[in-house]
Amino acid sequence: MTGMLRVDVAIIGGGLVGTSAALSLATSGLSVALLDKGFCGAQASGVNYGGVRRQGRPPEQLPLSQRAHAIWPELAKKIGIDGEFSRSGHLKLAQSEADMAALEAYAKAVAGHGLSLELIGHNGLRERFGWISGSIVGASFCSGDGHANPRLVSAGFATAARRAGVQVFEQMPVENFTAIGGGFALETATGLSVRASQVVNCAGAWADRFAALAGEPVPLSRIYPSMIVTEPLEPLLTVNIGMEGGGIYARQVERGNCIVGGERGVALDDPDFSRPTAEGATSIMNRTAAYFPALAHAQAIRFWSGTEAAMPDRNPVLGLSATTPGLIHAFGFTGAGFQLAPGVGEVIADLVRSGDTETPIDAFSIRRFLPVANKARTEQGSSAVPSTEPQKTGVPS
Amino acid sequence: MRAAPLIVGAGPAGIRAAMTLVAAGLRPVVVDEAPACGGQIYRQPLIPDGRTPAGRYGSEAAKAMRLHTEFAELRDRIDYRPGTLVWNLALGVAHLTRDGKSDSIAHDGLILATGAMDRVLPVPGWTLPGVFSLGGAQIALKAQGAAIGRRVVFLGSGPLLYLVAWQYLKAGVNVVAVLDTAPFTAKLRLAAGLLLDPRTLLLGLRYAAELRLAGVPIRFGVEKPEINGDGRVDSIGWAEAGRVGHLACDAVAFGLGLKPEAQLAELAGCAFVFSERDRVYVPLRDRAGRSSVSGVYVAGDGAGIMGADAAEAAGERAALALIEDRGLAFDAGRARQLESALKRLSRFRDVMAAAFPFPHDWRIADDTTLCRCEEITAGEARAAIAQFGIREINRLKAVSRIGMGRCQGRLCSGAAAELLAQETGQGIDAAGRLRGQAPVKPVPLSLMDRISEVAE
Repeated sequence: MTGMLRVDVAIIGGGLVGTSAALSLATSGLSVALLDKGFCGAQASGVNYGGVRRQGRPPEQLPLSQRAHAIWPELAKKIGIDGEFSRSGHLKLAQSEADMAALEAYAKAVAGHGLSLELIGHNGLRERFGWISGSIVGASFCSGDGHANPRLVSAGFATAARRAGVQVFEQMPVENFTAIGGGFALETATGLSVRASQVVNCAGAWADRFAALAGEPVPLSRIYPSMIVTEPLEPLLTVNIGMEGGGIYARQVERGNCIVGGERGVALDDPDFSRPTAEGATSIMNRTAAYFPALAHAQAIRFWSGTEAAMPDRNPVLGLSATTPGLIHAFGFTGAGFQLAPGVGEVIADLVRSGDTETPIDAFSIRRFLPVANKARTEQGSSAVPSTEPQKTGVPS
Repeated sequence: MRAAPLIVGAGPAGIRAAMTLVAAGLRPVVVDEAPACGGQIYRQPLIPDGRTPAGRYGSEAAKAMRLHTEFAELRDRIDYRPGTLVWNLALGVAHLTRDGKSDSIAHDGLILATGAMDRVLPVPGWTLPGVFSLGGAQIALKAQGAAIGRRVVFLGSGPLLYLVAWQYLKAGVNVVAVLDTAPFTAKLRLAAGLLLDPRTLLLGLRYAAELRLAGVPIRFGVEKPEINGDGRVDSIGWAEAGRVGHLACDAVAFGLGLKPEAQLAELAGCAFVFSERDRVYVPLRDRAGRSSVSGVYVAGDGAGIMGADAAEAAGERAALALIEDRGLAFDAGRARQLESALKRLSRFRDVMAAAFPFPHDWRIADDTTLCRCEEITAGEARAAIAQFGIREINRLKAVSRIGMGRCQGRLCSGAAAELLAQETGQGIDAAGRLRGQAPVKPVPLSLMDRISEVAE
């Protein structure tokens, strides 16, 4: 497709962040072009684990997470499908007394954020969640959290955005964008050029290239969270399961399949795609059988992993560009972006419309990766300080 | 010392490959899902059942016996692992499982001789008990001495349609009818095959002739088949040149040719190309069977449907390529000979594809199950395509669950691609192919690692 298109906002990346921002902007009357190098929702947004949880996030993410939290039950109204969203609760397991102490400390640290965490001891766990192995010493329960189906949610937002008038261009990689005369010119691989007053860079694991084009190099790395899924089974996992310190995370979908994540996959020759390792998948399977003994003889029918952007401090980059007026960044969710995404879309829409948002996002500024700004930020004690949740790896949402 | 090569599959291609590697002084590992060698076509019975090879394999008995015997003679010179599934491939390592335990084998050189499975398209009633694939019906007879029913209708297209019907006839089963989805005129194209493979062709004609002599009705140009029954097949209906047909039966064997089992080639990272003849993506290979990945070779029906004789030649040819690439002496003259035999068999296969054409315009009714693992109807698939503006099969899988169940799309992905192509007005090649993932077949969560160390 060639030619030239003029719009108010051009969005690079058709993941959940891009499509939810596009939907919000189009609904408020702006003209929007959304460009994806492949298909909307085909990368991390569509293949992630599907956890919709606030529990376990660092405190600086919680206001944004709460904003998203309010949107999830409204999906049917917003995009026409509920995305199999279930407010099942999120149960975070402790394997040791030290883990339990960490969960208690977390609950204290986020007490003011409205998560209503409930600490459950060993006996309580046996009574209420008898399908969990007796080796688990306790847990923290967040009853308002849950899970949803990323395949459907990401496709649903893209479809809703289209219906709202967003011009969606799939299989159209953006090759370059330049600031010209108070706006931007985007050039695509297929020859289409787009002129836009504002640009949103929400290109996920591919976003660093666009940040660099704006003179803002970021230390983005790629991670490949990997999952296994069982055949459909009778209902067993009544809640979304996480583990203190990483380990595995597990949920059971409407159809009955249990999805269990953990470990990391490896990139394929085409680095846009990845695959779990056999060792990693076997480890996930064996641990699942150990934590949930009823699943020991269940069959795993598929493994997969996705390509996700990670930042060194595990916080996303979200906010205005430090170099280029009219450019907004939203990427690097480090395996925990699914729950946040609908809220991020709203924040982006705020930023486009007014240049500001009421949701605190200072901790996510791209300025923290500029050498000087980074120093200033550490002194403020925001997310460069270790997270209160001592996880060894990014736990995909 | 370099690790041993690995051969996956012990059918005609895998057996010939193993013999060729052994002759070159190598000691390959041969992993096969079946308890005994032979592949699907020369499958051996689980227990002796008193039948002679001629009774079991008919006209192909001599070939079957030769392969079984020659493979048995290799026993001390290969590391043979029957009853073992390769559920994953990574760089130079194959992950295996046998009896719930897993193992991994580092290898240097990999020959994938993974064979084929039946290709089917959904028809109303195709999930009823009593409906089998043609290949499944044949295996029941060959390996277990069992028929799928007492009054059996054979439906579909492909050489197997007449062969299996004839085998059932010979076994004393009441063959109610052969319903060929291709028009009779397609069979006239067989004449072109006489010079290429007269033996196979004449055998096929003999099967049809003997079926007729036995009074079995053979119908051509069969459309809109519909299998009926309440909890079990009791009849089949169809349309044919403006008329309708209906027959009582208690089983239906149904198939529309074969499709390659190419999941391992995908996990090995091989590039694929669309095959017009097979209407699916197949691993890209050169004439010798080298895939796009160095050290990985593909041979036999798993690399594109060519039949058992071609599989033997391709298995040997791929092994010669491995030997050559390993820097060992190889017989270039033999390699050329095999390549020219394969070329001729490929032309014959073109003839067979024309004589037994795939029904391109197959319309799957909305209320017919498309993906039986996930219980998705064609109507639900069409609704998902429309609702989400889907044009590509992995996206269709994402929004509809098609291909997401136990079989991982092995059974339904072809039909889903046909339906997607029809709905979007594009070619089936443009619909793409499902990205493969491990495990190739389901494995238990309690799968335990490492049952043994690798011998070499």
